[in-house]
Amino acid sequence: MPSQHDDSVTQWGSRPQSPPDIDEVIRQVGDRLKSLFAGGGSGNNSGGGFGRLFAYAILLLIALSVWSAYYTVPSDSVAVVQRFGMYLKEVPPGLHFKLPLGVDDATIVPVKRQLKQEFGFATPGARDPYQGARDGGRETQMVTGDLNAALVEWVVQYRISDPVKFLFEVREPGETLRYVSESVMREVVGDRTVDEVITIGRQEIEIEALVKMQELSTKYVMGISIDQVQLKNINPPKPVQESFNEVNQAQQSKEKLINEARREYNKVIPLAEGEKDQRIREADGYRLKRINEAEGDALRFNALFTEYQKAPEVTRRRIYIETMQDVMPRIESKVLMDDAMSGLLPLLNLNEQAERQQ
Amino acid sequence: MKNVTLFGISAIALVGVFVLGSSIYTVDEVEQVIITQFGKPVGEPVTTAGLKFKTPFIQEVNPIDKRVLEWDGAPSDMPTKDKLYISVDLFARWRIVDPLQYFLRLRDERSAQSRLDDILGSETRNAVAKHELIEIIRTTKDRVPLLDTALGDVVLSSNGQGINMGALVPIEKGRKLVEQEIFKAAAEKVGVFGIELLDIRFKRINYNASVRPKIYDRMISERRQIAERFLSEGNGEAARIRGNRVRDLNKIQSEAYRQVEEIRGLADAKATEIYASAYNQSPQAVEFYEFTRTMASYPAIIGESTTIVLSTDSDLFKFLKGMSPGKE
Repeated sequence: MPSQHDDSVTQWGSRPQSPPDIDEVIRQVGDRLKSLFAGGGSGNNSGGGFGRLFAYAILLLIALSVWSAYYTVPSDSVAVVQRFGMYLKEVPPGLHFKLPLGVDDATIVPVKRQLKQEFGFATPGARDPYQGARDGGRETQMVTGDLNAALVEWVVQYRISDPVKFLFEVREPGETLRYVSESVMREVVGDRTVDEVITIGRQEIEIEALVKMQELSTKYVMGISIDQVQLKNINPPKPVQESFNEVNQAQQSKEKLINEARREYNKVIPLAEGEKDQRIREADGYRLKRINEAEGDALRFNALFTEYQKAPEVTRRRIYIETMQDVMPRIESKVLMDDAMSGLLPLLNLNEQAERQQ
Repeated sequence: MKNVTLFGISAIALVGVFVLGSSIYTVDEVEQVIITQFGKPVGEPVTTAGLKFKTPFIQEVNPIDKRVLEWDGAPSDMPTKDKLYISVDLFARWRIVDPLQYFLRLRDERSAQSRLDDILGSETRNAVAKHELIEIIRTTKDRVPLLDTALGDVVLSSNGQGINMGALVPIEKGRKLVEQEIFKAAAEKVGVFGIELLDIRFKRINYNASVRPKIYDRMISERRQIAERFLSEGNGEAARIRGNRVRDLNKIQSEAYRQVEEIRGLADAKATEIYASAYNQSPQAVEFYEFTRTMASYPAIIGESTTIVLSTDSDLFKFLKGMSPGKE
């Protein structure tokens, strides 16, 4: 097999793939036959160089046959047995025997193992050569449906569902699955806006990619069943990331601005409501006071007036004089004049008044 | 003598083994075989797996793969119809359907891969150059994108302002049809090599390194515009709230004023009514009220610094002139 695709070592590592070297086998078989001949013909030939050689050859052959006649299939796998290259049977886990010396060939396929392929990143220490990302950066770069760019990382979980198809239908099922996965993911991302890809549409993308990958893997008869597609990090390209952050920040500061304005509002308005109630209550108090006082005044007046009516003249005088008696002593300068003595200076203490004014 | 016999038998056996070894061969499940005699193909290709026989020595076994094979093109830069340089990476699946033809024309897989490189490469260039970038990117024609609810109002309020955030660029054909065009054109051409092209798909389509900065600049400006929108929305909403604050404050305070004045007015009116009904019951009452109220006001309005000039004719001092001032 001349190409670089020579698959004598597959990912499962246990398939001596190319047809067994027939010449070798035949020679070995021939040798065996020959040695039997020799053994029969010269069994008691003690010193023959040939005899000893044949004996060694036979021993070697037996050892080789025994060594290549059994194999174990791990519990998570099955073995596909080919006789002279032709498919013979599928073998369950356990210890098994086969025809030795390249006649039968068993390939172990891990059908029960959950396999995965990573795109855009690679878990270190993976033994499956198809698992990790190849050319990390380029694998993740995608163009979205609004002609923006995004970096997408994802994982495909799959199992080998049909070992015979897996081995015989497609030459590089693992590699082909990677191609399919990349192609489908770009197709799905290409139908979406950058906002959908980065934030809101993730789940939808996973579902649609899974469906499309399953369709293709069925169509391609790879013997693989895809269980899950999981998106990992999805980012805008590095130079753009900052501006995406700016949007987030702006979103935050929008909230902040609104909240601050609300704070101001809340600081003032309930207080004003309270003050309003306060003033209304105060006015109510004024009302009560005013009315009660008016009623009090009226009652008092009425009472007084009733008595006044009985002796108006005397009461009038009494009130007048009482008032004057109350008022007069407080007045410091009083002038008393008589109409008949109009030329006379009033009785006035000028000094006292001047002193007080200073 | 014995040794000679032994040697003879051995020699014959050895020759037999050689002949046998050269005349049987195996065919694996995954391959088909063309037998050549002195380099020239003989008979039909062997397509079933198992143990087979041929004429020894002169015939040669040429195994040819029977499985579906992959072709992975190297990414190459090419322009689209809208003059954007993109890097396109294709993969194809193919199988050898006519091994004889394949064997005659190509001999081995390396030359097949390189033919595919040539044919698919040029068909891809043709197809890409005939379409705008978006036709290769998008697949579903009428897909309506989900809108980010946080960005939603940005989109809605941007009608006719040239902002197409959250909108997909419309297409006519889409990726699938372009792929099919390439496939159809290439499938015809590879037929002559005994190859069947099963399908081709775009693996990667990316902006060329020289285009990328411009794309990034556009994305940045798009994002900035959204960010500004958010800021201005925030400021606008805040201003609205501040306006509400002033309005509500004035409303509350003026309502309070109105109610207070109303209550006070009613109270004053009531008081006035009460006073009036008491003082206005008869002319005598009016007169009496005037008198008593005036008397009551004197202590309040006459203070220490008041200078008062009184006549001896006044009611208070008339007795200073004599016991009975009325009689002269």
